[in-house]
Amino acid sequence: MATITLKLNNKSHTIDADPKMPLLWAIRDLVGLTGTKYGCGIAQCGACTVHLEGKPVRSCSIPVSVAANKNVTTIEGLSSDNSDVVQRAWILEQVPQCGYCQSGQIMAASALLKSKPNPSDTDIDMAMQGHICRCGTYPRIRKAIKRAAQLMTQK
Amino acid sequence: METADKSLSRRNFIKITGLTGTAFTLGIGFSASGKDMTVVRAVTAETTNVEVNAWISIDTQGKVTIINHRSEMGQGSFQSVPQMIAEELEVSLDQINIVFAPGNGRRYGSQVTGGSSTIRGSYQKLLRLGASARHMLVDTAAKRWGVKASDCYAENGEVIHRASGKKLNYGELVTETAQLEPPKEVALKNPQDYKIIRKPLPRQDTPIKVNGKAIFGLDFKLPGMLYAVVERSPRFQGKVVKFDDAETRKVPGVKFVLKVNRDEFDNMREGVAVVATNTWAAIQGRKLLKVDWDDRAFPHHNSDELYAKMRELVKGDPISFRTMGNTAKTFAKAEKKIEATYETPYESHSCMEPLNCVANVTDEKIEVWGPIQGPDWIQQNISGHFKLPPEKVHVNMTFLGGGFGRKAFTDYPYEAVMISKEIKAPVQVVWTREDDMTIGPFRPGMVYQCKGVVTEGGRIGSFETKISGQNMDLQNPGADKSAYNSSDTEGFLEGYFNSIPHYSFGDSPLDSPVPVMWWRSVYASTNAFAFESFLDELAVMAEKDPLDFRRQHLGERYQLLIDKLEAVSNWKAHKKNEGLPADASAKVGYGVAITECFSSIVGEVVKVSKDAIGKVKIDKVWAVMDCGWYVNPDIIKAQIEGSIIMALGAATKHETTFKDGKAVERNFDSYKMPRIQDTPEIEVHIMDNEEKAGGVGEPALPPFTPALTNAIFDLTGKRIRKLPFSLDAIA
Repeated sequence: MATITLKLNNKSHTIDADPKMPLLWAIRDLVGLTGTKYGCGIAQCGACTVHLEGKPVRSCSIPVSVAANKNVTTIEGLSSDNSDVVQRAWILEQVPQCGYCQSGQIMAASALLKSKPNPSDTDIDMAMQGHICRCGTYPRIRKAIKRAAQLMTQK
Repeated sequence: METADKSLSRRNFIKITGLTGTAFTLGIGFSASGKDMTVVRAVTAETTNVEVNAWISIDTQGKVTIINHRSEMGQGSFQSVPQMIAEELEVSLDQINIVFAPGNGRRYGSQVTGGSSTIRGSYQKLLRLGASARHMLVDTAAKRWGVKASDCYAENGEVIHRASGKKLNYGELVTETAQLEPPKEVALKNPQDYKIIRKPLPRQDTPIKVNGKAIFGLDFKLPGMLYAVVERSPRFQGKVVKFDDAETRKVPGVKFVLKVNRDEFDNMREGVAVVATNTWAAIQGRKLLKVDWDDRAFPHHNSDELYAKMRELVKGDPISFRTMGNTAKTFAKAEKKIEATYETPYESHSCMEPLNCVANVTDEKIEVWGPIQGPDWIQQNISGHFKLPPEKVHVNMTFLGGGFGRKAFTDYPYEAVMISKEIKAPVQVVWTREDDMTIGPFRPGMVYQCKGVVTEGGRIGSFETKISGQNMDLQNPGADKSAYNSSDTEGFLEGYFNSIPHYSFGDSPLDSPVPVMWWRSVYASTNAFAFESFLDELAVMAEKDPLDFRRQHLGERYQLLIDKLEAVSNWKAHKKNEGLPADASAKVGYGVAITECFSSIVGEVVKVSKDAIGKVKIDKVWAVMDCGWYVNPDIIKAQIEGSIIMALGAATKHETTFKDGKAVERNFDSYKMPRIQDTPEIEVHIMDNEEKAGGVGEPALPPFTPALTNAIFDLTGKRIRKLPFSLDAIA
């Protein structure tokens, strides 16, 4: 066990954790932020995606010690009032069904749009192919990413 | 007994909704005879024997609260139920607050969200409930103004006097209205006048599903709650001989290790639970646990043994379900006839939210929270097993991260309750992805043997299907294994039974220790592959266009759907060489399938082509849904898109196989899912008619796979009769 400082959504949390505990479980069980989801535990489904220093990572496969003192952004940190452009696009395109995978999908889309503000279909495939949606919202995810790109140009 | 429960139910309604007694509350339900639908006031409900199963309430601010008695697992009941109430009540959607109903079979009727039944089972009731409340509010306003009710109307949460333009907000009317008796009869709106129903209004649960605020089962926490993972027998029915937890207990955070049971179709399955202060510690502790299983009492099958058995079984005489004429004799005498066998795999539900459940057992009551499709079943199950009256068993639904049939099952809440009772603390049982994918129950694998005859005139002379696979109803102890399976025809168009002179459907159930359960669209999800592939084979034999071949057997409702499907997919223009077997050298293939289940009919056309390197790809899917009366076209569209993509996975990506009695595929690295880049363009159309409401969440799944394989036949001349297959492997 070790005392670790997590910087989640610009807020510091001091936790006592096994340094090998995946960041996912530290965020969910120790800090208590539950927007980041457990889906597979082996970096296959993308439900647990958060940003680590701005880059999308699978929090289920990163030890909490690696994230210590670094900036971690979860879905809750994107915006809590849905003012973020990706969240707005997700609402406009009515993407979620069950909604469980969408935190991860949105975090991946948000990272994609930061590096490619006007992504092509291939860019979208590349960025999103690690994310499973069992409800099959893929057509709407694609539309929503394009809608978000449009919204960004209107700012 | 009834009265006590009703009075409790109203109190609970008030408690759940936070409403005070001053609100105007109406319920609707069926009288004891079960025949007459009755609208009742809250006070009356306590003294009559009406089984109230839906409530609405309006408070003095005009805020409307309704209880959603079905779970929300993505299919949109959270949106469609308020949309129905808002229409007849004449309020806007943002005036409605919706809350989940706790499990109570006596109060809400069946709450099991399955069979695509939320709308079709309740829409007439909900419309009437809204309309009754509106009429009563108008009466109150008219009385206060001293005018005729017929001179007033309701709009946007207000009653308006037509001549003077005077207005009263619903909130100002509720106290008096609560004293009125509901009308015996009430006229419902004409669908042409709908303002909210049939509109693609955005879902109210979307905002909280894009910012992490929606609480799924796995997100639910109680103060002092511990986390458990359970080691269960990898061979399904094994019993715990002994376990060694010495290493497990050394893991920081591990608090308890104990033997537990899980109620699987009234059979007690065994496991060992590791309970810790966080999920990760419980998972780590379980890795170090050593369990000796006794699994000698049942066979340890491999998949090939299961399928070999099924292939034998379909050769024998089935338990007959539905027959007409004499298929055996007709087949024996016929000249134009074919026979084909189709096989479909076992599948995991693999909801994105793995199974989980929170339980808190105290001296007074048992309380359960989780992603639950069947709260009333769970209440009944827990009440029976733990010997507590049902009102002391509270079952609460969170949002479900997918359900697809798996979360209608009572095993996982039972296990959580047992652990909480033993350790005397609130606990969340978490199933890892590997648990979720290997413990089951699964969609059963099936084998279909079809025999068919084509007449001189190019019609179906005889259609016979013998089915083998595990019957989901035969798993409880004492189940009647000689009973027929009424789902043997699920997916087949009802219209064919009026026009095919000889038909027979029956099944020979497979006995296996593998637990099986409904998977989205249930038997139709596999039946349709056999039926609609075989119809395509018969059409080829009859040298007829697959749409025309179907059309000649079907009545008007089906014909309208076929016409629509033909038009939107531009079928005629693309079907070169009409009436001839497919041209194997063509670059584009079209396939169709039309199925019927849960009272809806869906036709799908799939277009496939070969890319530059000769690889087959799916270019586009057209779907036409006839679900009769409907609420929200955008939710229907979403459900159809999702159904098609889920079918695509089961057709071309994943299956559960068994080796030495254990499920082989344990996570998404081997159970491959369709991804965004695999998804074709999907175009959806909905039929507008006056038919009764049918299901929406499931009926679009069954036709996709046969439409796809029929298209591949059209393109390549190769008939795919076994699922799953890889698109990459088709040359």
